[in-house]
Amino acid sequence: MSWARRILRVNLTEGTCAAEPLNMQWARAYIGQRGLATKYFVSEVDAKVDPLSPENKIIFATGPLTGTMASTGGRYSVITKGPLTGAIACSNSGGYWGAELKMAGWDMIIFEGKSPKPVYLYLENDTALLLDAGWLWGKSVWETEPALRAKHQDPQIRVSSIGRAGETGCLYAAVVNDLHRAAGRSGVGTVMGSKNLKAIAVRGTKGVSNIRDFPEFMKATTAAKKVLADHPVTGQGLPKYGTQVLMNVINEIGALPTRNHREVQFEGAKNISGEAMHEPRKTDGKPNLVTNQACFGCTIACGRISKLDEGHFTVKTRPEYWGASGGLEYEAAWALGSANGVNDLETLTYANFVCNEQGMDPISFGATVGAVMELFEMGVLKKEQLGIDAPFGSAQALAHFVEVTVKGEGFGKEIALGSKRLTAKYGHPDLSMSVKGQEFPAYDSRGIQGMGLTYATSNRGACHLRSYTVASEVLGIPVKTDPLVTEGKPALVKAFQDATAIFDSAGICLFTSFAWTLADVQPQLAAACLQEFTMDELALIGERIWNLERDFNNRAGFTSKDDNLPKRLLTEPAKTGPAKGKVSGLDKMLPEYYELRGWDKNGQLKPETRARLKL
Amino acid sequence: MQKSLHINPDKCTGCMQCEMACSYENYAAFNPSMSRIKVFDFHHSGKKVPYTCTQCDEAWCMRACPVDAIKTDAATGAKIVLEAACVGCKVCTIACPFGTVNYVFSTGKVQKCDLCGGAPACAVACPTGAITYVDAAWTGLERMKQWAAKTGDQPRAS
Repeated sequence: MSWARRILRVNLTEGTCAAEPLNMQWARAYIGQRGLATKYFVSEVDAKVDPLSPENKIIFATGPLTGTMASTGGRYSVITKGPLTGAIACSNSGGYWGAELKMAGWDMIIFEGKSPKPVYLYLENDTALLLDAGWLWGKSVWETEPALRAKHQDPQIRVSSIGRAGETGCLYAAVVNDLHRAAGRSGVGTVMGSKNLKAIAVRGTKGVSNIRDFPEFMKATTAAKKVLADHPVTGQGLPKYGTQVLMNVINEIGALPTRNHREVQFEGAKNISGEAMHEPRKTDGKPNLVTNQACFGCTIACGRISKLDEGHFTVKTRPEYWGASGGLEYEAAWALGSANGVNDLETLTYANFVCNEQGMDPISFGATVGAVMELFEMGVLKKEQLGIDAPFGSAQALAHFVEVTVKGEGFGKEIALGSKRLTAKYGHPDLSMSVKGQEFPAYDSRGIQGMGLTYATSNRGACHLRSYTVASEVLGIPVKTDPLVTEGKPALVKAFQDATAIFDSAGICLFTSFAWTLADVQPQLAAACLQEFTMDELALIGERIWNLERDFNNRAGFTSKDDNLPKRLLTEPAKTGPAKGKVSGLDKMLPEYYELRGWDKNGQLKPETRARLKL
Repeated sequence: MQKSLHINPDKCTGCMQCEMACSYENYAAFNPSMSRIKVFDFHHSGKKVPYTCTQCDEAWCMRACPVDAIKTDAATGAKIVLEAACVGCKVCTIACPFGTVNYVFSTGKVQKCDLCGGAPACAVACPTGAITYVDAAWTGLERMKQWAAKTGDQPRAS
């Protein structure tokens, strides 16, 4: 079974906590985590709801493999309607918190309403209490976690919380657990803050014991771990370099968006790469990277733990930043670095620390700064407004902006609204490098054509984690496709989207999919849960989840017009590299993709699609 | 040959597979709160350190037990808790200088590492080799080898 078969419903308006049995029919049809929580969400919440109103809900959900010995089995997702996009938001995090929730005997927590004053949820196995968080409001994630352990005199409590960014209404605030693991994107932390919910402190000692077939499960998970260990990406590349293994690779193929996507290659890529994190610094002789780190149950261990140069201008008078903490992943290094033309590894690491400390998405933040720097160079934004000179490449400006944005001070209030709103306000909406209001991650769709379709159709706005066709188009996983052509990409994107929905719903990390296919996941899920989870069934469930999200977005008011890319990517050819002269061929892919999906020309589900997927 | 758990914190990633394996071995559940080996995360330095019973020869826990509920397993040298005899008085938890004997609320007994009868599940589960089960007389062998390489495994000067 492996589900705890129990959910906690917390009404923040009334201040009540109540247990409910898990809807097992839905669990059968949507597995868990992303899929199952989305089913609950769309069944309970009006698609037109204002994301920051009490009528929106926010769900913290584990999967059936969360809290088990399946490799990477420690994930949870946060599902809500996102304030940055107005679309379904679903952000996934690792660390230890998700497993702790499962160990306490809960599959998910549904928060509804809005608390009249700041509160946190304390959850110790069956005991659920909403407690005053007035004393925590204004504190960072880094302060909140130890404060809650101290208050409850329990050093083994795990905490998921928001920092200042979530309190001050930054539209891309993150939910952070275990100091530097984040449900990072789409503003899920903003919704948490809007409900006056500061933190969820969990201690679970029940464990997970209802595995359907334990011997079969141990056999399946052991075999799957070997697949990860033997694969060059999950066995060597990711542990050594983390996702930062990609920086030089993506730059070389000419798909590293640079200076707000004006260019596709960054001359400073090597200075901010995974390799650079291993190099001893000239200043103090120590490398930026201290060690790698695993999340709960993970046998890959791609996490970066970094230490700043204590003499660096960003921290030399602030020893609170001198300890080891969550270092740069590729997406953050790109957004804080290449997107702004900043090549100083230490400043990027500092900005990343601040994003973790105060709960803010470094991708949307960094990409928004990219738009600010372009507007500054155009003369639209001035030093007097910004508080600092902000040309591309200014590490000082980046450090300044991250500090004011997490606190919602000065021009930081405007950066906190994201690039779509900011560029529209200053009369240049085309300079927002976003889809559905959410900023791009680190792959240029002129150089990797499949990613253009990925971004345009992603249900949570521009995102690489909904169909990572980079795996195929660049790394040749599972098969190599040409990144510069559009042919075959609609089917590739659909296949990746549907499979990804399964990984995200099972309780495991998507990074396993560099080595695992669904054929590796299926035996683990079947042994843990139900024999009925066959390959055919999982393929259908993945497609069902995708369409469930899509249908919600359609009802929220999104149409085919929103499956689009910024003009820059469609009309300004790549200037250098293998993709020189190319623009995104989105128009060549989208109609075929709709056809494959069983959607009409407006991007709505056809009745027969709905029937086939039992939606 | 008597073997011993050997822990190299430099290789630990903090994945908790050892804690889950321990609880599965002893309680048929994935439940780190029941694990006899614990991984400590010293986040300011980035170090993760697994820690468990070292199976003292002159074991304080064994000497302190008023009902002789802790015995030496002749095959492995492990100090094991005889659950039928343990009365849950917790004196051993006070006597142990290292904190590796602990009371279990649900059973009313104490628990400690028993080396799984000679095939420690934590060492089997560890994906990085941070926890190994090696010749008890030669736990220093790997470190000696590293220093030997530094001093001797060099090109000849002449």
